[in-house]
Amino acid sequence: MDFNDTPEEAAFRAEARSWLEKTLGAPNAKASLRVEGPEAMKAAKAYQKKKAEAGFAGLTWRKDVGGRELPPIFSVIFGQEEQKFQAPTGPFAIGLGMCIPTVIAFHSPEGVNRYVAPALRGEEIWCQLFSEPSAGSDVAGLKTRAVKDGEDWVINGQKVWTSGAHYSDYGILLARTNPEKEKHKGLTMFVVNMKAPGVDVRPIHQMSGGSNFNEVYFNDVRISDSERLGEVGNGWNVALVTLMNERLAVGGSSGPEYAEILELARNTPSPSGKGTLLQDQAFREKLASWYVSAEGYTLGKYRTMTALSKGQTPGPESSIGKILNANRMQDIGNAAIEAEDHFGIISDPALAPMQGAFHNAYMWAPGLRIAGGTDEILRNIIAERVLGLPQDVRVDKGVAYKDLPSGR
Amino acid sequence: MNFDFSDDQKMLRDQARKYLDDRCSRKAVREVLNDAGKSHDAALWTGVAEQGWLGVAIPEEFGGLGLGGLELCVLAEEVGRAVAPIPFSSTVYFFAEAVLASGSAAQKQALLPKLVSGELVGAFGVSEGPGAPSPASIEASFDGVRLSGVKIPVTDGDIATHAVVLAREGQGLSLVVVALDQAGVKRETLTTLDPTRGHARLTFDKANAERLGKAGEGWSLTEAVFDRAAVLIAFEQLGGAQACLDMAVDYAKGRYAFSRQIGSFQAIKHKLADMYVAIELGRSNAYYGAWALSTESSQLPLAAAAARVAASEAYYFAAKENIQAHGGMGFTWEVDCHLFYRRAKLLAVQAGGPGVWKEKLVRRLELKNAA
Repeated sequence: MDFNDTPEEAAFRAEARSWLEKTLGAPNAKASLRVEGPEAMKAAKAYQKKKAEAGFAGLTWRKDVGGRELPPIFSVIFGQEEQKFQAPTGPFAIGLGMCIPTVIAFHSPEGVNRYVAPALRGEEIWCQLFSEPSAGSDVAGLKTRAVKDGEDWVINGQKVWTSGAHYSDYGILLARTNPEKEKHKGLTMFVVNMKAPGVDVRPIHQMSGGSNFNEVYFNDVRISDSERLGEVGNGWNVALVTLMNERLAVGGSSGPEYAEILELARNTPSPSGKGTLLQDQAFREKLASWYVSAEGYTLGKYRTMTALSKGQTPGPESSIGKILNANRMQDIGNAAIEAEDHFGIISDPALAPMQGAFHNAYMWAPGLRIAGGTDEILRNIIAERVLGLPQDVRVDKGVAYKDLPSGR
Repeated sequence: MNFDFSDDQKMLRDQARKYLDDRCSRKAVREVLNDAGKSHDAALWTGVAEQGWLGVAIPEEFGGLGLGGLELCVLAEEVGRAVAPIPFSSTVYFFAEAVLASGSAAQKQALLPKLVSGELVGAFGVSEGPGAPSPASIEASFDGVRLSGVKIPVTDGDIATHAVVLAREGQGLSLVVVALDQAGVKRETLTTLDPTRGHARLTFDKANAERLGKAGEGWSLTEAVFDRAAVLIAFEQLGGAQACLDMAVDYAKGRYAFSRQIGSFQAIKHKLADMYVAIELGRSNAYYGAWALSTESSQLPLAAAAARVAASEAYYFAAKENIQAHGGMGFTWEVDCHLFYRRAKLLAVQAGGPGVWKEKLVRRLELKNAA
């Protein structure tokens, strides 16, 4: 057991680090990760272009599409180093992490030629259009229709929770092409131009007050049949490839952790009126649990890296991380508010501890527990795919989509 | 990055599992459970000694195999998985570790080769009554040559040949080693929650004893032994917890209710998924403990506490929910769920209970954060 890179990995890490220093300056832990506004987007695109030119984008992809055919561990190493420099990678995560690998796997040679290189250079941004208002956990139950009309498909429907739709150039769209078939068998995947007539992107107003996602309406949007990914009716299998890549892409915790609430407790009176909250036994027990959970998550990633380093593919067991992180974020946010007693209700960044970061955690965590697979769906995945338990009884097997009850 | 056991260590695990499947079936465990006169499986003890397990981490000059802490972690997991009714933890994680850490060359030479051969069974006595012991609470006393006082409970104290005991010496505390087959030692067997391991009240009345290490350092030496033992016990706990999960998964696939496998109900699936999450969380923390143990890292105290807290929670959770998944059958004497439910509590409270370890964890975290 050791935490060292192999000589090959160490050499690559040094190469990555030296390029990052040259390109972005010194590591900067304080900079904001969030990309907002046209200036930030310009900077992000410029960074991605340099990264592609230097050969650090698409590390695991085939050489003939601009990649380097390196094992996944190198992608993880580059990501770790990039994070230290707070590189502005946010707008490209979904496109390069999920959409383009799907395009590479399923588009025509012309399509691969057309889309991969511009995405790799950050010139075109992609989004993923799967979830719908009435198809979340059960995304195969989606309603958006694609109807063949000559050489085109005509799209009508609504997608939701689409990150980055407002600045995206293209998206991959899962739509229903045959409602007479079983729900998983009547779906087809397409590439859609987000600037095409009839595409209407509207921001979602979240419970937290912010707007990080969109809903996307399709009104008679035309897509050429040449933009189809995979066979007609094979969309579900194409989507599974996309979602498999999501597991590798969805990552770390981003809120206040045990260290931050420990510091808060050091300077907060205990509810007993004696000493500080940090001296309160009940609080200390919770702190111990948060530490074990956070460390377990980090150390679990080391185990995943070890598997990657040996050329193995991490399985659905990495679902654990999101369950742990989202719930811990919610608990820490909640505990920090309660720790402050009545004062804890104040959000004003000038008055609230950590400029309101605990409130942000409290208000963001409910979304995190739902996004990218709810706590409940992830438990199903662990139960079925890791532990090998049988599927739930399905009332939708062997029934045409159009005959399924939809509740509305 | 190589945060995993080596192929050789995994091979050792496979061999150990096969050996215990053969020699320590649940039926064998039950023979100890059902026989009030028995608190361990003597044949199995001889067997594991012949396999070399007792000396895995003991240097070759004292008759051991001279491998490291990682190999011991691998064995501990298998011992836990099998709920083995042998004084393995008392002898190897506590007694041997205490002698290795603080014994003189002569003491090591006198004790360790016999321990490796299985002839010496060790125990470790700290507790004297209800509640977590503290430096102020220890009343047993040592005058340089003789030990007096009471230790209760001492795990495997009914069958041990020797014990390491924490006792007052002058103004401070010292660790002493005492042979238990002498006139000044009285043993009384105790009835406990886990009859697959023996327990005793040991009463010392001017028993001949020898100090281990320096006078006055008994408490810190005990803490150091406990830190190392915490990692090893964590592996035992995870082995047991995994066995509970495996049992529950098997049962959930084979048991039908409402004309369905009960494992197809989300209420059962989510319970078992939560067991898996708790075990994996424990495993990741225990691996780090194993790394810290095997490299003598300064991170050991914090890593050991995290491993112990996570593994104690995982085993309790897995053991109780395994019974729940089995329904009424799980509450019967004949079904094995209770073997784990019992052992889970013994492993959780020996060498300090969860509350003690959470407090240790936070104290160590405060130090780290202040640094």
